[in-house]
Amino acid sequence: MSTALVTDLTIFVLALLIGIEVIGKVPATLHTPLMSAANSIHGIVLIGAMLIGVSAHTVVGYVLAFVAAFFAAANVVGGYAVTGRMLKMFRRKAAPAEPATPGGAVNGAAQPQAAASSAPSEPSRRA
Amino acid sequence: MDTFTTNIQLVYVLAAACFVAGLHLMNSPATARRGNQVSTAGMVIAVIITVVLLIHDGTVTGVGWTVIIVGALLGSVAGLHAARTVQMTAMPQLVSMFNAVGGGAAALVAVYGYLHDESAPGGVLGTTTVFTVLDVLIGSVTFTGSLIAAGKLQGLITGQPVIFKGGRLLNAALAVIAVGAAAFMLTTASLPALLIVVLAALAFGVLMVLPIGGADMPVVISLLNAFTGTAVAMAGFVIGNWALIVAGALVGASGGILTKLMADAMNRSLANIIIGGFGTGDSLVAAAVAGDAQIRAIAADDAAIQLAYASKVIIVPGYGLAAAQAQHGVAELASVLESHGIEVSYAIHPVAGRMPGHMNVLLAEANVPYPQLKEMDEINPEFARADVALVIGANDVTNPAARRPGSAISGMPILDVDQAKSIIVVKRSMGTGYAGIDNELYADPKTSMYFADAKRAVAELTAAVKTLVG
Repeated sequence: MSTALVTDLTIFVLALLIGIEVIGKVPATLHTPLMSAANSIHGIVLIGAMLIGVSAHTVVGYVLAFVAAFFAAANVVGGYAVTGRMLKMFRRKAAPAEPATPGGAVNGAAQPQAAASSAPSEPSRRA
Repeated sequence: MDTFTTNIQLVYVLAAACFVAGLHLMNSPATARRGNQVSTAGMVIAVIITVVLLIHDGTVTGVGWTVIIVGALLGSVAGLHAARTVQMTAMPQLVSMFNAVGGGAAALVAVYGYLHDESAPGGVLGTTTVFTVLDVLIGSVTFTGSLIAAGKLQGLITGQPVIFKGGRLLNAALAVIAVGAAAFMLTTASLPALLIVVLAALAFGVLMVLPIGGADMPVVISLLNAFTGTAVAMAGFVIGNWALIVAGALVGASGGILTKLMADAMNRSLANIIIGGFGTGDSLVAAAVAGDAQIRAIAADDAAIQLAYASKVIIVPGYGLAAAQAQHGVAELASVLESHGIEVSYAIHPVAGRMPGHMNVLLAEANVPYPQLKEMDEINPEFARADVALVIGANDVTNPAARRPGSAISGMPILDVDQAKSIIVVKRSMGTGYAGIDNELYADPKTSMYFADAKRAVAELTAAVKTLVG
C-alpha cells in the first residue's frame, strides 16, 4: 500500500469516528434537517465532477462531467436551501417568533469552537 | 506535493472542518441554523478553491468549462426550485431524490475516472480500482434505489411491497453478477466488466427497494443516505481528494446512525426490513376487531369536555395526521387548550412519519414550538401525569401488546399512552396498523374512540373546546 492510500484510509476512518461522535448527539427533533444537511454535504461530489471535467476531452467525458455536475449542483444547492428552510421553522415560542433565548445561544456558541478546533487538528497533522 | 497543491489540500481540510462544526451545531434547534450556514460556508470554500485549482492547472478546455458551468448552473436552478417549492410532507421524497443524484454523481465520477485512467499511459492503477468499483457499485445501487423510494413516497409507485415470484432469486443473482464483475476488474482492466457492474447494480437497486413497504421508508432512506455518503467517500479515494473522503465519511456515519435508530425503533433487524417481513404497507383496510373487545366510541363534544377540563394533555401524532394534513389544525387545538392554561406537549415516536424526525418538521411548520416536541424517552414518564392522551393517526407505536412476547410487534419501543388517566383515539376506522394486528389500547376501559378523518376530527374538537372554554 502506498503512503497516500494509508493517509486516505486514516482520514476516512477518523472522519467516520468523528461523524459518529458528533451526530450521535443530534436530538431526534432535528433528524430530518440533519439528514437533509448530510445530503447537502455529500454534494461535495460536485468538486469531484469539476475535477474530472478538467481532463475531459471526449464527447463521453463531457457528457459524464455535465451530468455529474448537474446532479451534484442540484444536490448541494437544493440541500442547503431546504435545510435552511426547515430550520427556520423551528421556534422556541409560538406566535411572535423569538430567535432563541440567550442561554441557548451561549451554549451553542461555546461548543462549536471546540469542535472546529479539534476536528481539523487530526487531518492537518498529516498534511 | 508542491507548495501550491499543499495549500489547496489545506483549504480542503478547512472545508471538511466546517462540515464537522456545522453538524455539531445541529445538536440543538437554537444553533442548528448557524450550523447550516457554517456547513454552507465550507462548501463555498471547497468549490472556490477547486475553481482556483482548475485555473492554476490551465488544462481545462473551453468546452470543459462550459460543460461544468452550464451543468452546475442548471443543477443549481433545479435544486433550488425543488427546495423552495417542496411541501414539508414531501420532504422524504426530496431527500431521497438528493440521495439519488448524489449517489449517481459519485458513480459517474468513478466511471469517468476509470475511462480516463484506462486511456492514459500506464493504464488503470491497481489500488484505485478497488475504490472505483466500490464507488460504482454503491453509487449505482443508491441511484436507482433512491429513485424507487422517492417514487413510492410520492405515490407514483405503489407503497405496497412489490413482490413477484423469483424476485429475491433474481436479486441475489444480480448481486452475484455485480460483485463478480467487480472482482474480475480488480485483476483485469475491462470496460465491459465495468458496464456489467453498473447495469447489474442499477437493477439491484430497483429490486432492493420495490419489495419494501411504505412504513419502512424511514429505514430505507437512512440506509440509502449512508450508501450515498460511502459512495462519495469512495469517489474521494478515486480522485485522491480529502474533502470528499471526510464529507462522505460524515454522511456515511450519519446515515448509519439513523438507520440503526430507525430499525431499533421498529424492533426489526435491517435484514428483516430489506428482505421484507410483514409488509402490507399502510393500508386502511378495515379489519375485524378482536371478538370480545369492548370499544367505546364517543363524539366530538364528549372528547372536547375531557380535553377542556384536563390540566395536562399529551398529543400523540402519527403518520395518519400528516397524511390527513391535520398538523395545522392540531396546532390550533393545542393553542386553544394552552390559552386556557392547559399544559400541552407532543409525544413523538422515532418512526412517526416517513423519515427520521419527519413529524417534528411537520409540527414545526405548523408553528408548534420545539420545546413542546418530546422524544419517546423524555415523554414516557409523563403519561402517568397526563389527564388526556390524544392519539391522532398513530397505531402500532401505542400498542401495549409490544411489552409482552408473542405479538408481531413484541419488543418494539412504544409510547406509554395507556398510562394516561384517559385516552382519546382519533381514527378513521378500526383498521389495523402496519403490523396488521389489533391494538389492545382500543379495548382499554380508559380509552374512547373518536371515529373520523383526522383533519375533520381536529376541527370539530377545536370548535367544541372553544364553546366550552369560551
